[in-house]
Amino acid sequence: MEQEYKENCAGESRRDFLKKSTALAALATATPVLLKAAGNDEKIAGYFEKIPLQLEVNGKVHNLSVEPRVTLLDLLREQLNLTGTKKGCDHGQCGACTVHVDGRRINSCLSLAVMNEGKNVTTIEGLADGEKLHPMQESFIKHDGFQCGYCTPGQIMSAIACVKEGHANSVDEIREFMSGNICRCGAYPNIVDAIMEVKKGGQPL
Amino acid sequence: MDKEINYTESYFADDRVDGIEKVTGKAKFAAEHPLAEMAYAVFVCSTIPKGAIKNMVLYEARNAPGVLDIIYYLNCPTIPGHRPYDKDPNKKGFEWRGLKVFNDNIIYSNGQPIALVIADTLERAVYAASLVKAEYVTEDFITDFEKGKKDEALLKKAGDYKRGEADAYKTAAVFVEDEYTIPIETHNPMELHATTAVWEGDNKLTVYDKSQGPKGTQAELARNFGLDEKNVRVVTEYVGGAFGSALRSWPHVPAAVIAARKVKRPVKLVLTREQMFTMVGYRPHAWQKIAIGAGKDGKLVGISHHAISNTSTYEDFSEGIVGVSQFLYDCPNVNTSYKLLPLNINTPTWMRGPGPATGCFALECALDDLSYKLNIDPIELRLINYAEVHPASKLPWTSKFLKECYALGKEKIGWHNRAAIPGSLKENGMLVGYGMAGGVFGAGRGQAAAKGILKSDGSLVLQSAVSDMGPGTSTAMVTIGAELMGLPMNKIKFELGDTDLPPGPTQGGSGSTSAVGAAINAVCDSLKQTLKEMAIQQVPAFSTAKPEDVQYKKGMLFFKSDKTISISYTDLLQQSGKPEIEVIKDSARASAEAQKYAMHSFSVHFVKLQVHPVTGVIRLEHIVSTADAGKIITPKPARSQMVGGAVGGIGMALTEEVVIDHHFGRYVNSNFGDYHVPVNADTPIIDVLFADKPDPIINPMGSKGIGEIALVGVAPAIANAVYNATGKRVRELPITPDKLLS
Ligand code: FES
Ligand code: FES
Repeated sequence: MEQEYKENCAGESRRDFLKKSTALAALATATPVLLKAAGNDEKIAGYFEKIPLQLEVNGKVHNLSVEPRVTLLDLLREQLNLTGTKKGCDHGQCGACTVHVDGRRINSCLSLAVMNEGKNVTTIEGLADGEKLHPMQESFIKHDGFQCGYCTPGQIMSAIACVKEGHANSVDEIREFMSGNICRCGAYPNIVDAIMEVKKGGQPL
Repeated sequence: MDKEINYTESYFADDRVDGIEKVTGKAKFAAEHPLAEMAYAVFVCSTIPKGAIKNMVLYEARNAPGVLDIIYYLNCPTIPGHRPYDKDPNKKGFEWRGLKVFNDNIIYSNGQPIALVIADTLERAVYAASLVKAEYVTEDFITDFEKGKKDEALLKKAGDYKRGEADAYKTAAVFVEDEYTIPIETHNPMELHATTAVWEGDNKLTVYDKSQGPKGTQAELARNFGLDEKNVRVVTEYVGGAFGSALRSWPHVPAAVIAARKVKRPVKLVLTREQMFTMVGYRPHAWQKIAIGAGKDGKLVGISHHAISNTSTYEDFSEGIVGVSQFLYDCPNVNTSYKLLPLNINTPTWMRGPGPATGCFALECALDDLSYKLNIDPIELRLINYAEVHPASKLPWTSKFLKECYALGKEKIGWHNRAAIPGSLKENGMLVGYGMAGGVFGAGRGQAAAKGILKSDGSLVLQSAVSDMGPGTSTAMVTIGAELMGLPMNKIKFELGDTDLPPGPTQGGSGSTSAVGAAINAVCDSLKQTLKEMAIQQVPAFSTAKPEDVQYKKGMLFFKSDKTISISYTDLLQQSGKPEIEVIKDSARASAEAQKYAMHSFSVHFVKLQVHPVTGVIRLEHIVSTADAGKIITPKPARSQMVGGAVGGIGMALTEEVVIDHHFGRYVNSNFGDYHVPVNADTPIIDVLFADKPDPIINPMGSKGIGEIALVGVAPAIANAVYNATGKRVRELPITPDKLLS
């Protein structure tokens, strides 16, 4: 029934290519352990597609092996089980995935994990000190800076950076510098209030 | 219910009970449940709007690394709900509503799922899905609403209404008659729709789903897959917004279930943002023609309101667009008509304020126009036509504090500064305008069950299988429980979002607090009654009492006549050797009340804005949203819900519009870069004022609903303010600067 008549000759699939070249060459020199692990083509492909990555996340050093195409966002969510960082668009258009890399806010969906070699990542899970919430987290609760809570981790990570960058000097400035974080529940005024309070409080962030 | 309860003087803070989970990232949404051996599924979607799949080329995808399976119409297992007639041609079984995923090769819309690639990692699934190719037989299609609505043969009747004379507006001293259009708007909650499905054996299924109604999803899945309901568990602990998009199950839900069955592993299927535009509904494109006539004194003579909205070709979706003209104002002659236009796009669905949000745009703008023609203040015009009873049914309202809302908002926005002549008020070179408009939505009380477990350690667990997509249902239920039992909020936990709990309603139509709150009320009453009976049976000092002689207050049981005789309920439970008592209570739908009363929540929104005279750029300055939503149970989340509705209304008024390229029948702006939802910088100061008067009929708490009226009326209030600022009436949303320049 299934007509797979387009089994094409023009462009070999990546697996076919691997089978014929790299993989075979590699197998010739590989250790017995590797040979055993690479019991089938997928595993061979997988092995050669992954590269080592050292990353510090929330103070913990991870020595990982990841495919270069894995985004920092997907690494956090799917491999490190740090699902506090959210996926809202995967295109750098919503801010839900905002994390800090070496203290700067970035959209983790726009950063390949391997581009962050040796860097220091902070996610929403790394803000609280045990039971003690970060001042921005407390302020978001106090000012009800969210409804559903899905954009919230990104908003909070962005908010902390916004204050640290010196972009929280007025309501208008906060509105502008927080506009990369969409909240479909429309908690914006409360988010601004939450940031204003933290800014005025002047606590170290 | 004990009379000591007073919600306004709540001594409890109303921080959200789930706030800590949400600000720490601990709250787990549908795609965030880690399961061993998880497989990832990614859809391949159609690239034509109408026709059939001729051939699917799967070879490359199948052989891509990590691919576990590819499901499409030729290898999809037979699903009982997809082919209800197969087994039993004479009897109609349960039939899946809407698109039956992978059931056949027919294409109804662009973006329709045609294959599902399942792999061991997300990246591998995404890559393999890119290798799947489809060949089609294409057919002529129609996606152009403007073109389609002119063709009578395409239109389907969806209901007419008449009271008094038809088109009586023509006989009035003054009348307005105009056409209004809104484009397709999408819900686009921030959380992508996602389903994680796990089979345990052949007959037991667990699904982590983004759903506004876990019980509804459970029932749909059980019937679709021919399973016992008790063997289908649906978990929706946290829902990242939905606004209507998760009121029903869309094709991705059964697709994930089919995939998990086929690969014998848990399968996670998360839609992309682009797919959120074409798979989970939207507010339909709607055209309206409205005419309103009034005497010189402003008294309405007649309203005629006609609407056409789009649906898909495989399913009819209609909503109460013209209904608002039948009852929002007192008018003797009203006729309305409503038709559907099937287009070759996916099916629309209820989106925040469904029906009235669209209808009020026309009605409230037309009334505004009429007010200028009559030279009567728009608020005054509405007061002249204030409906003291429901104008169609003549039933009394359960409660209506709309006049209070007008007064509150008028004061707060500074209505006295409004210029009666459009375009005549300027500040710093900007044109300044004030506008107002009303909103309405049905209130009521649905059916719900809840369980209470009162423990001897002083804690109370309340449970009901509802979702909380953001309004703060958990917080409201804990507040209600705290008030009724006189316990601190931190001693109470509300468990929700799991079909293993007593059945709760689907969260929609602003009805959760009313329905579930009433059930919690019944649970608390019953717990108190049980405690009283226990005291009589087991505490010697109470042994002579009848239940009515015993009073419960703040965790203590007293003898009514002699307050010195008392026992705390924790002591009582400990003494009687019971670690806890448990009750389940059902609260019925308010059907009897609905025979005697009209039940609605009301809102009035006020807007002050500036328009740049040269560029037409609109800058919102201030929104004041007022509402009669009955008693406000949790002021802080309630205010947030109103603010959120206003922000949604800003999008509807100024930025949101799905654009279709009719050459290809394809959405061209299905991403957040091109489909503009309001961001922080678009949002002005928003004040919220509630009438905050208890409704005496609908439920024991006195609440009505907030979610819908928060948005209904915002867009016309903005449109009316734009008119007041510029003298330009834009009747086609969104009001973009180009429309003010032409
Ligand atoms: S998920 Fe990264 S910006 Fe939206
Ligand atoms: S809180 Fe729901 S999207 Fe921001």
